[in-house]
Amino acid sequence: MNEEILMKGNEALAEAAIRAGCNFYVGYPITPQNEILEYMCWRMEQAGGEFIQSESELAAVNILLGAAAAGARGMISSSGPGFSLFQEGISYLVAGDIPAVIVDVARYGSGIGEISQGQSDYKLVTCGNGHGDSQLIVLTPASVQETADLTALAFELAEKYRHPVIILSDAAIGQMMEPVVLPEETHVDIDRDEWTVKGCRSEDKPRLITNLFYYIDDYDSFLRSKYEAMRENEQRWESVCVEDAEVVIVAYGISSRISREAVREARAMGIRLGMIRLITAFPFPEKAFEQIGGCCKALVTVEMSAIGQLADDVRLAVKCSRPVYSVCTGIRVPESGEILDKVKSILCKQTEEARI
Amino acid sequence: MIYKAPERIAYTDGHGFCPGCGHGIAIRIIGEALQELEVEESTIAVVDVACCYLAFDNWQYDSIMAAHGRPVATAVGVKRVRKDNTVFAYLGDGAAYSIGIAETLHAAVRNENITVITVNNGVFGMTGGQMAPTTLDGQRTSSTPQGRDPAKVGHPIHVENIMGGLDIAYLARGALNSVANVRKAKSYVKKAFMKQRQGMGYSYVELLSPCPTNWGLEPVEALKHIDDEVLKVYPVGEFINREER
Repeated sequence: MNEEILMKGNEALAEAAIRAGCNFYVGYPITPQNEILEYMCWRMEQAGGEFIQSESELAAVNILLGAAAAGARGMISSSGPGFSLFQEGISYLVAGDIPAVIVDVARYGSGIGEISQGQSDYKLVTCGNGHGDSQLIVLTPASVQETADLTALAFELAEKYRHPVIILSDAAIGQMMEPVVLPEETHVDIDRDEWTVKGCRSEDKPRLITNLFYYIDDYDSFLRSKYEAMRENEQRWESVCVEDAEVVIVAYGISSRISREAVREARAMGIRLGMIRLITAFPFPEKAFEQIGGCCKALVTVEMSAIGQLADDVRLAVKCSRPVYSVCTGIRVPESGEILDKVKSILCKQTEEARI
Repeated sequence: MIYKAPERIAYTDGHGFCPGCGHGIAIRIIGEALQELEVEESTIAVVDVACCYLAFDNWQYDSIMAAHGRPVATAVGVKRVRKDNTVFAYLGDGAAYSIGIAETLHAAVRNENITVITVNNGVFGMTGGQMAPTTLDGQRTSSTPQGRDPAKVGHPIHVENIMGGLDIAYLARGALNSVANVRKAKSYVKKAFMKQRQGMGYSYVELLSPCPTNWGLEPVEALKHIDDEVLKVYPVGEFINREER
């Protein structure tokens, strides 16, 4: 068992990646994820892996593709505007069945937005990911410890499904310092998989890393079954006081920490409030919503974005059986008081359902 | 003397190139160079989409198809992981000098130990012959039907001007339009791979190639066009040839 140490979220992510066997990192500076790049620039060399500061995020993701196709356990990281530039390469990683870990330490807003905390990338990571039929497992840590744990899990899932996996952190989780127990160190052999390019002898058939669609007769079914397996096996969430709740909050990352406080305060006041905290945004934890009781009157998403990006997924999860409201605080970290005000007004039927 | 194509080039399914295309020659001389250097078993090719991708069916090396304009970036990723392998990127002039110019140049700035071979035919071939950064002044293409007008779109790009001052191992331009030029081009390609094997860093060869289909010329006329027009703008030769570090 490793000892507990105090670490910043972004640095814990980088160290956890190294310990999970990550031997290739390429990145480009952007706030609020710079600590990952700066940690990796010395730590990766120390660990015997490869580090590149690339000319752009476009280059980064395409360099990553080559490294991963050659057998590296690779990772790239960015934040909103840079993550948009990853889209091209993510699509090619999906098309080529190539595992990799891609980190988004989210910030606020469209365009350049703001470098401070925000949760504006939910739709980008769950519905975006380039052209084609991309769906990536998205892990959403809410603490420094969970950042470390989910980073190790991300590499495991990427190789289990031969598919890129996203870690969706945010500026608050990435910048805060908390105690953390880091994962055990593992090392991987670049020759561990037969499919990776490594040079072929004249009597062997060459390995071709390309769009899998060219080589599989029923590619659509192949892709669908991959996503179906993820939906079946990888839904992760935490339920807080959900069974008897009249109102259930749905949140992830920094917002879920405030929401937990709101649940505690509500219960002290006799209001039956609960929370479903996403640990995976894709697959969306639909199974969590089976635990909601008949007494549940409404659900409310708490998000740091201008619109309720999460609300549609919640509506689908409850099959539109109950109204879904949103507390959207944009660039501002929500306060438990305003969440409670919203819950009270929902229970008094004084609020309109959020419409996107 | 028996003269045959390298065994690592498969022609069993024919090839997908147009009659008179230069890609077939480029594929052949790259294959011969790798065979002569006895590095075929360690070779990994990273090809661009479009016409370059057709080489996938011919070369019998472990290969990756990269996104358009990104083969150099992807080859960098491969080489950093597999330093003992011979890794090369194969791309067109549109990929190297338009959409992928940042990737082409910054790999050179870092002097990454890879070989890059760019086929320059002056047009975007697969998409129907639109203007490329290498289209000659006045040349008619499907997106410059009146001819390339430098007043509107500038002059063609010269790689030796862009990359000539960088600390890279090798930079050369060959032409695939005559026996003499093909032999010279092959010597450049071979030298580029040798620089990589010696760990000297970035080696880059541009190959002037005919595109009869999009030039609207017969194959033999296209070869003559390279002599008469293209070589006047794009001279062949070695621009950087670092012997030691």
